[in-house]
Amino acid sequence: MSKITIINYGAGNLQSVKNMFKKAGASDALISDKKDDIEKADKLILPGVGHFDYGMQKLHESGLIPILEQRVLIEKTPILGICLGAQLMTEFSEEGNKNGLGWVNGKTVAFDKSKLPNGYKIPHMGWNDVFENKETPLFQNMPKEPRFYFVHSYHLEMTDDKDVWLTANYGYNFCAAYQKENIYACQYHPEKSHKFGLQLMKNFVAL
Amino acid sequence: MKRIRVIPVLLIRNGGLVKSVQFKKHKYVGDPINAVKIFNEKEVDEIIILDIDASVKKQAPNFKLVEEICGEAFMPLAYGGGVKSLEDAQKLLYNGAEKIVLNTGLLEQPKVIESIAKQFGNQSVVASIDYKTPLFGKPKVYGSNGSKKTKWTALELARKASDYGAGEIMLNAIDRDGTYKGYDLETLQTVASNVDIPVIASGGAGSLEDFEQAIQQGAAAVAAGSMFVFQRPHQAVLISYPDPSELNKLNENI
Repeated sequence: MSKITIINYGAGNLQSVKNMFKKAGASDALISDKKDDIEKADKLILPGVGHFDYGMQKLHESGLIPILEQRVLIEKTPILGICLGAQLMTEFSEEGNKNGLGWVNGKTVAFDKSKLPNGYKIPHMGWNDVFENKETPLFQNMPKEPRFYFVHSYHLEMTDDKDVWLTANYGYNFCAAYQKENIYACQYHPEKSHKFGLQLMKNFVAL
Repeated sequence: MKRIRVIPVLLIRNGGLVKSVQFKKHKYVGDPINAVKIFNEKEVDEIIILDIDASVKKQAPNFKLVEEICGEAFMPLAYGGGVKSLEDAQKLLYNGAEKIVLNTGLLEQPKVIESIAKQFGNQSVVASIDYKTPLFGKPKVYGSNGSKKTKWTALELARKASDYGAGEIMLNAIDRDGTYKGYDLETLQTVASNVDIPVIASGGAGSLEDFEQAIQQGAAAVAAGSMFVFQRPHQAVLISYPDPSELNKLNENI
């Protein structure tokens, strides 16, 4: 059993992430804001809901960034970023003024309203089909026609297309998830996405 | 393919699941947790749970129920009923709810919407608006579970909710509730085309065609109660939800 730590930096709906990990077999998944639990974890989850700057501010205040960079960038511990967590790992977001963590080459941009057809409201909220740009272990045994629950006004944009893991379409195609080495990140909420999210989380537990 | 959200709405009274006709004649339907489990197995898009007594009786939200339900539901869940403050909302969101529904709160203390939206984002706030046509006069919004007439039209209140930071409007036609007559397309169209945020059509759904019509009038999502908890013609309790092939067809048509 691998030890999973869900990082609690004060921005997000952590209980539902934990519930889904329990269902996925990681019964000891831990919600924690302690350096020690991040040091000991085999895998990390960076969740988050809310404003980009608020999330970055909370992360800075938590004092956890150095240990996270040690674990993720140097020791290559698998990490899964969810929603705002996925955005925070990019270099910056058009939503705010603060720099992101910059662990991957990419940015977070606003939906381009000029490219959205009539009736496509922002935030993009609801279920979307996703398409694989490349294979990763997290999509193994994924049920057919995978769809996930999205809630966002900004989306990921990777510098290098080979980091794009999944795309989705909302008026136009955008990056729904990325993967670079040990870093996995989804714009959508796997913890709210029924069997599709469950399979993804099972695969993450099994990594 | 654009996927439209199809949302079962579950009403809670005294801890049990009930269903109404025109916000009256509540019939006991069963245990809410059991119902949510079934909806979870059916992989519903989202679920809305409303405690219809909480605000009327001035009770706090049933935090424990929400926590229990969220342990069983792996889909977005919106909860409404008795939410009076940012603290209530925070507790519900931390217990696993995805969104907070405000109805009485919208009428009595709209600033709460603003504070929830600021801290947790607009997407976490659903403004629920109940309206009906009185015996004399034009349709108006009603508060306290449909019992108190207000000065607002649905559109006026929807605009106000949007200004305060609500991320969605749930538009409930009281006259249609539980009747299977289809949605009130006229009001739906008026509201949906005059606010920027998504509108959830509610009240009167009886068939997939009703969903399609609501979407054509600008609904971003469709909600239904009776259609998903009763089997016609005898209104026997039977929890159901369209199967994926039916939903795919609906999504392809729109």
